Amino acid sequence: MSTSLRMLPGPVMVAAGCGGTGRELLPFAGPTGLEGLDLVTRSITLDPRSGGTGPRVEEVSGGLVNAVGLPNPGLEHFLATELPWLVRAGARVFVSVAGATMGEYADLARRLSRAPGVAGLEVNVGAPDEAGAGLFEVREPYHAASVIAAVRREFPSDRPVLAKLRPDVSRVLEGARACHEAGATAVVVGNAVPAAFRDGRAGGLSGPAVSPVALRCVAEVHHALPALPVIGCGGVHDLASARSFLDAGAVGVQVGTALLHDPTTVARLRADLLPAAPPPPEETP
Amino acid sequence: MAEERTPHGPVHVEGEVVATKRVGAYRHLTLTAPGVPERFRAGSFVALSVAGHVARRALWVHRVRASSAFGPTLDVVLEVRGSGTAWLAAQPVGAKVAITGPLGRPFALPKDAVSCLLVGEAYAAAPLFPLAERLRERGCAVSLVVSAPDEHHLLSALEARRSARSVTVLTADGSVGQRGGVPDHVDDLVRRSDADVVYAAGPVEVLRSAAAAAERAGAWSQVAVEVPTPCGTGLCHGCALPVVGEDGVDRVVRACTEGPVVRGDRVRWDTL
Ligand SMILES: Cc1cc2nc3c(=O)[nH]c(=O)nc-3n(C[C@H](O)[C@H](O)[C@H](O)COP(=O)(O)OP(=O)(O)OC[C@H]3O[C@@H](n4cnc5c(N)ncnc54)[C@H](O)[C@@H]3O)c2cc1C
Ligand SMILES: Cc1cc2nc3c(=O)[nH]c(=O)nc-3n(C[C@H](O)[C@H](O)[C@H](O)COP(=O)(O)O)c2cc1C
Ligand code: FES
Repeated sequence: MSTSLRMLPGPVMVAAGCGGTGRELLPFAGPTGLEGLDLVTRSITLDPRSGGTGPRVEEVSGGLVNAVGLPNPGLEHFLATELPWLVRAGARVFVSVAGATMGEYADLARRLSRAPGVAGLEVNVGAPDEAGAGLFEVREPYHAASVIAAVRREFPSDRPVLAKLRPDVSRVLEGARACHEAGATAVVVGNAVPAAFRDGRAGGLSGPAVSPVALRCVAEVHHALPALPVIGCGGVHDLASARSFLDAGAVGVQVGTALLHDPTTVARLRADLLPAAPPPPEETP
Repeated sequence: MAEERTPHGPVHVEGEVVATKRVGAYRHLTLTAPGVPERFRAGSFVALSVAGHVARRALWVHRVRASSAFGPTLDVVLEVRGSGTAWLAAQPVGAKVAITGPLGRPFALPKDAVSCLLVGEAYAAAPLFPLAERLRERGCAVSLVVSAPDEHHLLSALEARRSARSVTVLTADGSVGQRGGVPDHVDDLVRRSDADVVYAAGPVEVLRSAAAAAERAGAWSQVAVEVPTPCGTGLCHGCALPVVGEDGVDRVVRACTEGPVVRGDRVRWDTL
């Protein structure tokens, strides 16, 4: 396995925004707790955000529509409280970053590069409603690539930067290529799909309903760019759905909505997919 | 071990329906849920899975039994409102249901033997019954008020007469007990019970009026708030509850982790 692949997470990760602050997963994480768990935080912004006060999640057939509004305590508070807790618990922490400007992304990356215990970054360049969430709008592949380049410049090259892309089959390949060229270690293919609540408000659809969409995007990216590691995300909820992404060429999967339905999902998938602990090393002469 | 790290934390288990009974407008289910009854504290809730649905359904726990022919059990009270509660209410004895719990912050109990007024509307009065028992064990004088739109939606307070010094029944249509709702009577009830703490569970108008009456009387209040909880476990941040923090700063917290029970004077009712 190449160096870049070895520093990648996987094969099962907690998707951004679906693991609480990490603490809430602990009771459901199994006998080893969060030890070695690859966890992407909810997207962290420079300043605190309280998120929306209206209904944030609506249930639909096969999934959820959400417009949570990126509630998070801001970078400073995150660095002082949530991150140290996660690191102490033994999680491999991938911090999801989101910003309104390129400068904010660069700031986030610079300050996170100095924080102890950050395994890598995930850059949210495919949120379902960027305008509504007050995020830098990624309409063209070069927008995504410039954000990745800004982050990569500030973050040590020996730690991964993941570009999280929208599962839009007409654009995902260009986006993946541009992000790869801009220095992304891997791409996460799949995010909540732009959708609407029943009252018309903008949101993002997630869960089993989006799985086939994400799967198609993963297959296209892997086929065209076999050297770029792809992490599949969308509707993974059991071994079969995880396997379909791995069979399509993904090096790993992220689990989001399924955790909201059954908080033990990641623990079970890890038990099924992680290779058993290696035998004790032979005595070296 | 995870158990050692979180001794009181929730568990996610397969439960089984061991009894189902229609009482008035409600369906009472008795369930096994290994580990949940043992950890339950009044005011915490359980999240149940519904076949074919992604979001969980939150339910108050009405009572727990430490032992029965089926081992420890818990009771929930269902009001059928939509597809999820309809599915749950239709589950026969022997049906398996995924249950997570106990979840959320329970009612805070006073250190001293003080006077407590417990006010609950419709099915949401459910968690006040185990609360009344805990309070009585601590020597508190408990006054219980159960209210409902009509007799059909009234939780039976018969059993609570053991733990409560007084029981008051209110119905909006006057079919049993006094006529009217909690907002009409709550100031009077707080005064008559000489309450040091008011506990309330029910729709927003009930909670808000109970919290306001407590404040007017110089009493503390603890309110059990229901906002939609997509996961119930704190993972999704979907259950926004606007509060004023201890430091006086406005915040939005997760109802399922920082609540569902919060101090009544901390809720920003106008934004809820
Ligand atoms: C802490 C808490 C405790 C509760 N305890 C009880 C109880 O003991 N007995 C009881 O009958 N009901 C209780 N409820 C309300 C119950 O969870 C909802 O009525 C139920 O989720 C509605 O599901 P449904 O599928 O029947 O309705 P639908 O209208 O089909 O539900 C659609 C979606 O909206 C959500 N939803 C709709 N109304 C509510 C609501 N009022 N509260 C929360 N989510 C809602 C559902 O969870 C679901 O995701 C409680 C709610 C909370 C938050
Ligand atoms: C409630 C909720 C909150 C989310 N928050 C974030 C977030 O903060 N940042 C992000 O990049 N993605 C976020 N997502 C998207 C998920 O990480 C995931 O990409 C998407 O939901 C598709 O995967 P799934 O079907 O497994 O959930 C969120 C999704 C949900 C349902
Ligand atoms: S319901 Fe998901 S965090 Fe509260």
